[in-house]
Amino acid sequence: MADIFKEYEGKLPQKILTDLKQFMPAKASQTKIKQICEQVVKEYNESKADPGECIGNISAESIGEPGTQMTLNTFHFAGVAEMNVTVGLPRIIEILDGRKELKTPSMEIYLKKPHSQGTDIKKLALSIKETTLDDITSEFQINIVDLSVEIMLDKQIMKDAGITNTIVANALKKYTKGYNLKQQDDSFVIKSKSKDANLNDLYKIKEKLKPVHLKGIKGVTQVLPVKRDNEYLIITAGSNLKDVLKLDVVDASRTVTNNIYEIADLFGIEAARQSIINEVFGVIENQGLNVDIRHIMLVADTMCNSGIVKGITRYGIVSQKSSVLAKASFETPLKHIINSALIGEVDPLDSVVENVMINQPVPIGTGLPSLVTKIKK
Amino acid sequence: MAEEEHVQEPVEAEVVPSEDDSGRISEPEPAVSKRIGSIQFSIFSPKMIKKMSAAKVVTPELYDKEGYPVDGGLMDIRLGVIDPGLKCKTCGSKLKECPGHFGYIELARPVIHIKFVNLVQNLLMSTCRSCGRVLIPENKINKARAELDAIEKEAGVEARRAHVSKIISSMKTVNKCPHCKAKQYKISLEKPTTFLENEKRINPIEVRVRLEKIPDEDVFLFGMNPKFIRPEWMVLTVMSIPPVTMRPSITLESGERSEDDLTHKLGDIVRINQRLFENINAGAPEIIIEDLWDLLQYHITTFFDNAVAQLPPARHRSGQPLKTITERIKSKEGRIRHNLAGKRTNFSARTVISPDPMISLNEVGVPKIIAMKLSVPERVNEWNITYLKKFVENGPDKYPGANYIIRPDGKKKKITDETKEASLEEIQPGYTVERHLLDGDIAIFNRQPSLHRMSMMCHRLKVLPGRTLRLNPAVCHPYNADFDGDEMNLHIPQTEEARTEAEILMEVQTQLISPRYGLSVIGCIQDAISGNYILTSKLEFSREEAFDLLYSAGITDFSKLSRKERISGREVFSALLPEDFNFTGHSKSKNEKGSDDVVITNGKLIEGVMDKNNLGEGSGLLLRNIHKKYGKEFAVKLIGNIFRLGIEVLLRYGFSTAISDTDLPSEAKEKIQDVLDTAERDVDGLIAQFRENKLETFPGKTQAETLELKILELLNKSRNRAGELVAEYANKNSHTMIMAVSGARGNLINLAQMAACVGQQALRGKRIEKGFYQRTLSCFKRGDLTPSAKGFISHGFKNGLTPSEFFFGAMTGRDSLMDTALRTPKSGYLYRRLANAMQDLKVEYDYTVRDASGKIVQFQYGEDGIDVSKSEKGTINVKRIIKSMM
Repeated sequence: MADIFKEYEGKLPQKILTDLKQFMPAKASQTKIKQICEQVVKEYNESKADPGECIGNISAESIGEPGTQMTLNTFHFAGVAEMNVTVGLPRIIEILDGRKELKTPSMEIYLKKPHSQGTDIKKLALSIKETTLDDITSEFQINIVDLSVEIMLDKQIMKDAGITNTIVANALKKYTKGYNLKQQDDSFVIKSKSKDANLNDLYKIKEKLKPVHLKGIKGVTQVLPVKRDNEYLIITAGSNLKDVLKLDVVDASRTVTNNIYEIADLFGIEAARQSIINEVFGVIENQGLNVDIRHIMLVADTMCNSGIVKGITRYGIVSQKSSVLAKASFETPLKHIINSALIGEVDPLDSVVENVMINQPVPIGTGLPSLVTKIKK
Repeated sequence: MAEEEHVQEPVEAEVVPSEDDSGRISEPEPAVSKRIGSIQFSIFSPKMIKKMSAAKVVTPELYDKEGYPVDGGLMDIRLGVIDPGLKCKTCGSKLKECPGHFGYIELARPVIHIKFVNLVQNLLMSTCRSCGRVLIPENKINKARAELDAIEKEAGVEARRAHVSKIISSMKTVNKCPHCKAKQYKISLEKPTTFLENEKRINPIEVRVRLEKIPDEDVFLFGMNPKFIRPEWMVLTVMSIPPVTMRPSITLESGERSEDDLTHKLGDIVRINQRLFENINAGAPEIIIEDLWDLLQYHITTFFDNAVAQLPPARHRSGQPLKTITERIKSKEGRIRHNLAGKRTNFSARTVISPDPMISLNEVGVPKIIAMKLSVPERVNEWNITYLKKFVENGPDKYPGANYIIRPDGKKKKITDETKEASLEEIQPGYTVERHLLDGDIAIFNRQPSLHRMSMMCHRLKVLPGRTLRLNPAVCHPYNADFDGDEMNLHIPQTEEARTEAEILMEVQTQLISPRYGLSVIGCIQDAISGNYILTSKLEFSREEAFDLLYSAGITDFSKLSRKERISGREVFSALLPEDFNFTGHSKSKNEKGSDDVVITNGKLIEGVMDKNNLGEGSGLLLRNIHKKYGKEFAVKLIGNIFRLGIEVLLRYGFSTAISDTDLPSEAKEKIQDVLDTAERDVDGLIAQFRENKLETFPGKTQAETLELKILELLNKSRNRAGELVAEYANKNSHTMIMAVSGARGNLINLAQMAACVGQQALRGKRIEKGFYQRTLSCFKRGDLTPSAKGFISHGFKNGLTPSEFFFGAMTGRDSLMDTALRTPKSGYLYRRLANAMQDLKVEYDYTVRDASGKIVQFQYGEDGIDVSKSEKGTINVKRIIKSMM
């Protein structure tokens, strides 16, 4: 049986072949198998997209049309106030725009055993969460007479987060050059070394110290351990995949972020493409809509075609077009026309809109084939 | 725009029209023999402007005393004609035939073109003020040029542009010319158009002199191509005057002429230009000349762009800003998007639509009035001449008649009662008759917004009485139409090619399977689903009744019915199915035993009921399988039959929703009340705990947050419980219930909301909190956290809401209205961008997906090449094939 299937490799896509192998009844005879395979090949060839089919437009329609049915709201994750996920139309727009700053960056961190079974999951989650000086400080006091800042630490929070005074002291040292750092039991006092210190500088250093990173992973503002399919994982608000993957306990093969650029930087363009597909498909499925994955693939492929992730905007993909008129018909027409006049650009008239503009058949679908006849003289 | 030269390069004649002696081509137009191959963009040189001009404009006057255009004026008839009766002096054609011709004016002093100021600034800053060379050492010039070429080759024009600006900014700090060692000064631009060197003004004459000095080899580095443009052309010495046809004047009712905005602006330019000439010739003081020069600059700038940030826009006397060239091109209403990318069409109609299940799915009912206004051209030949003469004989006022005849030379003649006889005499092979629409003609039917290709489908015409366009309600879904006043458009293709294409590619049956998800987009809706559900779940007929039912649904073949006395509904339904059809699937509803299997063997519905899962659009494989096995024509016919059957069943059965459908037995009422009371008590308990700070918090949350979450969960649970009770106790046979269960309309939650309890109203995923200080409405106490004070509606719609509950309902109602209002433009813009970015991706003959320039995007469409609209839910159904072959 296996040999017969081997024969069809290359003739049929992998998925159909596996389906065939799986559903083929064991009792089927050789000739029967052959017949079935032939029939599948026949149907496969019949359902291939015809040359000239304007699938780009079909994909745009397939994603644009259900857009009107999507919600605008962001969805609050398990009710945690700062932890919500952008879903629906805004998320799709965000992805397809190719925005670098996401509204709600987030990671899903998968763990290695035994942590994936729940061991120390809460502790682990907290250790990933970024703790800044501001988080463990109960009060910043500016002493106007002494011209010093006193940082009152909250011992309880520090203990929970596992931060000692030494960690704080080490972290602060880097940022307090030119200042004297005095450590007391549950507070730090910062005083300027120079004599002509003023209140303004003091205020500035206080603000500068607030976001000083003490512990955890930079950028991760919230963590939430959740159980999914008999496995614990950590969902975060804020994304920093590079640092997370450095941790030993993390299962690097499955951990993902929703920031496409981060993925592109770390794993390359193919991974970014897959990530776009996953994210868009996830949103559409989440909204209960039915869109074939091929359409999303095509969008992802156009976005990643040049080797870097480009958004579907006038600065991204549209600016890549070869045709001046096609660019002009989208947005900022004058800019395009003037720029192309300067370099003497030629519009080859080989895409759709330009030909619509000048009333010629478009080179797509039935307009694709052309006839050349010799003139009888 | 005047600056871009549109050189049309006629490609060698590719297709040559051959005289078709059979006369079958109905279009009198000759076949296309030339087409535009490419368009070259560049900037006009002064020489070119003069060369292509038909006239030199010297006077701002428009007309003389007799109202005749002045020679050398802006409306000179050498620039084209806009008056009927006049002939163009350049080409000799009349109105509408003459395309118009450009003119020019000689400017007294040069003026900088506003659209190129930034570039001119860059050029001045990066070239030597004395020798004109670029401020890059000789040895590095070639390197820079090679770099640019490499970038263009690799990443395209846009990347090259970016690199050019990088080179330019690198030259900003150079203050000594590497070629002639002359000292360079700081050049700055005082917006919009004044250049300063060391805070001293350099006038356009000098700017032009400096630009002239730049050698061709150096121009390359600025991204310009010296073959097409010289930098000095960006300072105008002559200006092109657009043809009159581009700026026609309108004659008002009073006989007064109202000139176009462009003509007004040009008048200003010519006037100031003449004044400047006179002053220069008269040797006027420099100050006066400078002032006039600036004024000329202002007028020319606003002629090109009337929205320059630093200039006051030129206005009409009424204060309304003039629409000049930039405004004409720009934006959605501009030339490009409004007139070039979007076109208008004749032979179309638009009216209100209404449903008619008795016409076929691929038909469209057209009122007689429309059928007599629109027409189809038919070429006369010796075989159809008698047939066509009948239409001419009927004339335009008697259906079916004809409106026009077209002579072989293309002359159109209207048929009236007077000319009828003459037309009849005249007609012979080679003529074309524009006859009224007939049943079976091809039409394209469309409803906006045309979001997908199924929004424009081809239907067969059916002329009907009445004044609305009629369509089968089963095709509502692809158009997203309803009948609350929707209007739709109808187009009649006029050529044989167009009709064939419409028929083969766009007809309803070819669009059955959605390219979005690979299932049928057309299916039964509403009553048709309820009807078939009732039919297949509980009805039984006598033979006569069954015959009657089938016949009135349009089925005349009763051979499939058994000879039994009583015929079940399933058997009646099976009468529609083909004999050899096999199918297994699942229905939406479950029967008493909890099974949802649907089994069709040998064309007989053996088990299960027909409901939305199998008959509706976009769900289930029943319709998909029929389409696959028996073809599109059959599928369309079957859907029509099933639809009509469903409606006929309801007609006999009687179907309506009553208020009593939401009645519950008192036992259920008590139970529901009990559930709601318990919930309230539990919430009170939680609140009490919260007040005493005894509430156990969720990790990472405050007490108040935890309380909110717990309350929300509790209330949702009790609402769901109430819903379950309604589902349990409500009359299963009530029509509301049938609709909900079969999926025709509504769901159980709707029913529960009517019968028992509407439930919690949520804004942004939380209970309602907005409103007054610490409370939602002034009728509550401050800090009240009870369900009713935070938007829980404990009554059902039937029993009525309390005023506060009604208010909360209105709040969420408005929120969702806002959501829709904000979403529509957002998703519309996303769609536009997607369509624009991907419109020229197509499958090539080698099955790769490429864009217009031939760049490969995918090696095989969707990685396997399968067209979704030919697939079964995106795949090849291997299981089905194996089953059918075994």
